Amino acid sequence: MMNRWHAVKRLLPILAGLALLLSACGRADLSTLQPQGPIAEKQYDLMKLSIGMMIVVVVIVFLILAYVLIRFRRRPGQTEIPKQVEGSHKLEIIWTVIPIILLVILVVPTVKYVFEFAQDYSKDKNAIQVKVTSHQYWWEFDYPDYGIKTGQELVIPTTKKISLQLNTVDVLHSFWVPSLFGKIDTNPEGNTNKMYFEAPKAGVYRGKCAELCGQSHALMDFKVKAVDEAKFDAWVQEMKAPAVLPEDPQLAAAFEKKCLSCHAVGDKGGTLGPNLTGIGNKQAVAGVLLNDETPVEENLKNWIADPEKVKPGSKMPKVTLSTEELDGISKYLANYKLQYDNGK
Amino acid sequence: MDWLTTVDHKKIGILYLIAGGLFFLIGGIEAILIRIQLMQPKLDFVSAQTFNELITMHGTTMIFLAVMPIIFALMNAIIPLQIGARDVAFPFLNSLGFWTFFFGGLLLNLSWIVGGAPDAGWTSYMPLASNTYSNTHGVDFYSLGLQIAGIGTLLGGINFLVTIINMRAPGMTFMRMPMFTWAVFITSALILFAFPAITVGLVLLTFDRLFGANFFEIANGGNAVLWEHIFWIFGHPEVYILILPAFGIISEVVSTFSRKRLFGYSSMVFATILIGFLGFMVWAHHMFTAGLGPVANALFSIATMLIAVPTGIKIFNWLFTLWGGQLTFNTSSLFAIGFIPTFVMGGVTGVMLASAPADFQYHDSYFVVAHFHYVIVGGLVFGLFSGLFYWWPKMFGRVLNEGLGKITFWTFFIGFHMTFFVQHFLGLMGMPRRVFTYLPNQGFDTMNLISSIGAFLMGVGTIVFLINIAVTAAKPKNAPNDPWVDGRTLEWTIPSPAPEYNFKQTPLVRGLDAYWKEKMAGNKEVPAAEPVGSIHMPSPSIIPFMMSVGLFIAGFGFMFAKDEFANGFVGMLFNNYIVAILGLVITFGGMFLRSVFDDHGWHIEPEELEDKGVKA
Repeated sequence: MMNRWHAVKRLLPILAGLALLLSACGRADLSTLQPQGPIAEKQYDLMKLSIGMMIVVVVIVFLILAYVLIRFRRRPGQTEIPKQVEGSHKLEIIWTVIPIILLVILVVPTVKYVFEFAQDYSKDKNAIQVKVTSHQYWWEFDYPDYGIKTGQELVIPTTKKISLQLNTVDVLHSFWVPSLFGKIDTNPEGNTNKMYFEAPKAGVYRGKCAELCGQSHALMDFKVKAVDEAKFDAWVQEMKAPAVLPEDPQLAAAFEKKCLSCHAVGDKGGTLGPNLTGIGNKQAVAGVLLNDETPVEENLKNWIADPEKVKPGSKMPKVTLSTEELDGISKYLANYKLQYDNGK
Repeated sequence: MDWLTTVDHKKIGILYLIAGGLFFLIGGIEAILIRIQLMQPKLDFVSAQTFNELITMHGTTMIFLAVMPIIFALMNAIIPLQIGARDVAFPFLNSLGFWTFFFGGLLLNLSWIVGGAPDAGWTSYMPLASNTYSNTHGVDFYSLGLQIAGIGTLLGGINFLVTIINMRAPGMTFMRMPMFTWAVFITSALILFAFPAITVGLVLLTFDRLFGANFFEIANGGNAVLWEHIFWIFGHPEVYILILPAFGIISEVVSTFSRKRLFGYSSMVFATILIGFLGFMVWAHHMFTAGLGPVANALFSIATMLIAVPTGIKIFNWLFTLWGGQLTFNTSSLFAIGFIPTFVMGGVTGVMLASAPADFQYHDSYFVVAHFHYVIVGGLVFGLFSGLFYWWPKMFGRVLNEGLGKITFWTFFIGFHMTFFVQHFLGLMGMPRRVFTYLPNQGFDTMNLISSIGAFLMGVGTIVFLINIAVTAAKPKNAPNDPWVDGRTLEWTIPSPAPEYNFKQTPLVRGLDAYWKEKMAGNKEVPAAEPVGSIHMPSPSIIPFMMSVGLFIAGFGFMFAKDEFANGFVGMLFNNYIVAILGLVITFGGMFLRSVFDDHGWHIEPEELEDKGVKA
């Protein structure tokens, strides 16, 4: 008992120092080292435990190695033959048993969390149900209980568990929001993966695709936006409101003809591309053109003018638009904002 | 011509080394290009498509065409000498194995020139690797090239199993076998069991792509996760196929240069067997995020962590081999000593990755990239460098230049840690792997720059090694039998390089570290187990080369069978499978000739032995 305390006392400062060191790493909305939700926190705890243990192991090996290298180097004129040691059962048993003990310490929380993270909330009435569908190279979020679909930005309330069911329509992708939870692959229909998470702090978190999925794998970013419950309800209402089309009838016609065959706004349009409702106040266009760095209108214009340049291999075609149409549609979409987020 | 027909294990070892070294350079250039592209955010050095081709070819080339063949080079050059044999069990197959590997690798790399390189990652996950999403011939080159190269590996594995079981010198019991031989023995067993899995997988993939089968085609009822299982049932043991020989090399080098027998020999043997066995039980830890369910994830987590135990035994045994010894520092021992801490770091991150709930964060991030490079480069490549410097005199009769060797070690060692240590943090900070670019201001910029600079340093180390080879080759062949003076095993009892027949008389082994034991007993030589007599040698043959060329041609034939050609005649040849059939006829013709013509080989008579002397 006494001995164990000693070990813990020695481990504690290492762990504390480690936590400090690690938490200085990366952006709060992206890094696994700055967890913002309960699942990521538990994963971070597990990381700290294992990193701490492993540092102890590494340090011991390094110390022995350093000692041996200094103490047992061959000196000039040394000719006697060193004792040819057979081995030592006692030592060998020690370094078999100690790792086993260390592993047991790691196995217990591992198994506990494996089962905890695998809990199924897909039938839970209190959880927000979201069907995640991955496409080359964007994410679709379908809220069956509310009858709304959106793309690239998963809006969720801070107060509830979010239960995800994930699939892909084309190749394998992997859904990853490092600061909220670990990743899970999206397999084809019939191989649906389930996952849940919570995001108790309001904010926007960066998500990534983690499975090589083609040319623009690197650019398949998305955002998770956690808002309070009132805002979430307002968002739902606004998403369900009828579509607002451009005022200029000519522009509206062009937009309907050339964009709505794939995209949807409000209750109008198709489902091949991401839903554009409220695109004006999203964080990014096409996942990677960040609107806080460049005005959203400009991003939209760049994207629509040449999707291949922004996202190579993207399924979005280069639509033939006149300059006026391009400007008009970009402006219209940039102004297609939802009110729920106004007080931000 | 001599080199095309040789069946001598030492020459085949050199051929493996040259071919493997060539592919190592190609893979290294690919790595440098990758690191240039990632040096800064949003660079446009290569396109997204080219980048995906580069990472795919870098991984595939390094694993299958670079490190495996260099392992095979050392196996071929050293194993028969270590066990006191005159050759491998099947010299003809040995040659066939080399040539199929070489032409398979050539086929794969020709993809850069004709038809586009594979772009679906070295794991070729479906459906990305299917015709629908990868519509160049890239993945065809991957499946056919690796299939042909895989034949060579499987042949080699079987050959070495038989050689080690059957051809040990009298007195060399299993528990007196040198550690490198043990490691190669277990590796060969792993090859025997793991390679059929990838063979089947590649056949299914080829059928899907070339003949419209639906094993993995989801729209027609195939299953994409099935490919992941098949690939990793091979892929995980493959990791141990790679690392075990490195363990063997380190055991030899550490014990020779500290002038001590290996600490805990029997536990080393047991640990090697255990690692090999457990290596088959853990493939699903590559698939924790694929959705296998908590029970599978928990079991595979525990099984994976268990591997740390035998690995730890090996690490501590090496440390205690050094303990109380007299360590000489030279390039070979430096690489072996550099191996120990580096591999330990790769090993502990392996245990971290084994914890499934935490792996949800690490998986497919740069943390994983860092981990497996610590194991494969920091472990295996360090081991190979150590082994090459150690056995170079035995292979070529010349000792590599020590000064240049030490420059290689330090640039490579420092460059390596610069490249990969920071990548752990990149992964933890949210950088996914296999990304051709990244946005600025995510905290990735500085570390990626450091990483790229490290990669250049490793490149410098490799170039210095090549210069070293050139400088050494210009010197006379004057290495003594036992250039390290403290050689412990049988290969150091014969001239450097070894004569064609290896041992004039088969040695009699009287204990572990046979040569050391005789030296300690005051003897200059290991006693012979037989009188000097006529030595039976196998005849050289061009047939293995021709058979491999046949497979190479057939590969092209199948691949382009559905293409349109501007030239009608070429089109007719390919579209009617004439080229494919021609290739197969050459291969099967070779098999037929080999079967019907008796070849009894030839003999070296005792009187020739006296004046023949050194000739590899």
